[in-house]
Amino acid sequence: MKQRLLIVEPAEVIIEGLKAILEGQIRFKVLEPELDVARLEERIVAARPDILLINPTLVDDVARLRGDHSMAVVALVYQYVERDVLKNYDAVVEIRDSRATIIETLAQTSPGETDTSKGNYELTKRETAVLVQLAQGKTNKEIADALNVSVHTVISHRKNITHKTGIKSVAGLTVYAMLNNLIDESALL
Amino acid sequence: MKDTKSRLFSSESRLSDLITAHPALLSMLTRLGISLGFGDRSIADVCKESGVDTDFFLLICNVYTFNNYVPSTAAILGTDMEGLVPYLEKSHKYYVDKRLPHIERHLDAIAQKLGGRIGKVFISFFKEYKQDVEEHFTHEESKVFPHIRALMAGERDTTYKMADFLHSHSDIEGKLDDLLNIVFKYIPPQVDDDNVLDVVYDILRLSEDLKKHTFIEEKIMVPLVKHLENAILKK
Repeated sequence: MKQRLLIVEPAEVIIEGLKAILEGQIRFKVLEPELDVARLEERIVAARPDILLINPTLVDDVARLRGDHSMAVVALVYQYVERDVLKNYDAVVEIRDSRATIIETLAQTSPGETDTSKGNYELTKRETAVLVQLAQGKTNKEIADALNVSVHTVISHRKNITHKTGIKSVAGLTVYAMLNNLIDESALL
Repeated sequence: MKDTKSRLFSSESRLSDLITAHPALLSMLTRLGISLGFGDRSIADVCKESGVDTDFFLLICNVYTFNNYVPSTAAILGTDMEGLVPYLEKSHKYYVDKRLPHIERHLDAIAQKLGGRIGKVFISFFKEYKQDVEEHFTHEESKVFPHIRALMAGERDTTYKMADFLHSHSDIEGKLDDLLNIVFKYIPPQVDDDNVLDVVYDILRLSEDLKKHTFIEEKIMVPLVKHLENAILKK
């Protein structure tokens, strides 16, 4: 299923650039961008985006914006933004990122959606990163901080990992990570 | 439900027919105190000879075999439940003394082949699981079973309440599922030998058996004890 992507950004030049990059990407359906932040909440309810790509300077309270919608909120960054602010986002797209990086970042942030329908049970890079940290005994919060994503995203990655591997316990996932050479023996505590 | 009821076993059936139809019940016989060599005798006859209450035997077999079958409280109360705690204790013993060590021997051999740190992490995963199971059983044996015995003897036992019963079965089952996935999906091909396949069958069997064990506790033991607790409180 296509990911519905809503871009919230005042600068038209940026919007057009992103549209050009995502054009022809069958994974995404780029919705009509929202220029007016005041209308955003209504728009989210009406458009039901899977991914909200938004300039962090436009929102003060991401958690409120997220509400109970199951969407990933991705920061669109082109100036300096404090690390603490970015923690509330599921991922960060930097305007200087390459075309491939932008596409991959967006593809991997979709909440609870793991595309196993086409038989793809390989862990994504992001899921692998979460798994490695888990195997090292890190908590969800610590993993979120280390990977610069929200706890919500870590939990959704963990769900996907379990869905793909069939393994639920952290101890079991540690064995999995070792058997697949995802962690160095020395990396374990 | 009606469908299940019509398929439930009755005391006139031959015990051998029951086993032929549901071979998984074989492992239950010893735990219920029935030896092999019962020939073509009926369930009622074999039970009588072995000193096992027929209704109790049927109740356990029916819950063990039919996942959707939930016996009514009346059916439970109308059955002699003297055999319940001994049966559950024997089941625990069977898992701890027979099944788990058997699985552990296979896993040990696999861990040796894996070698190094991986082998150690692999086997310690199983040892943790085994410890969880043993702790769970010990809790039941030291707290729940004495409570049931006291209630059955008509004592007003307030040391324990069924409401406190730890529903930790799910954790135990979850870890066993993890182990199964690890063994049959992720053990590298160069380690693959008879041990891997053997242990996969053993884990599958144990997992099934433990699920049935949980059913027996949840569908027979818990309702029985709750009823006895209430009856004694009303006295």
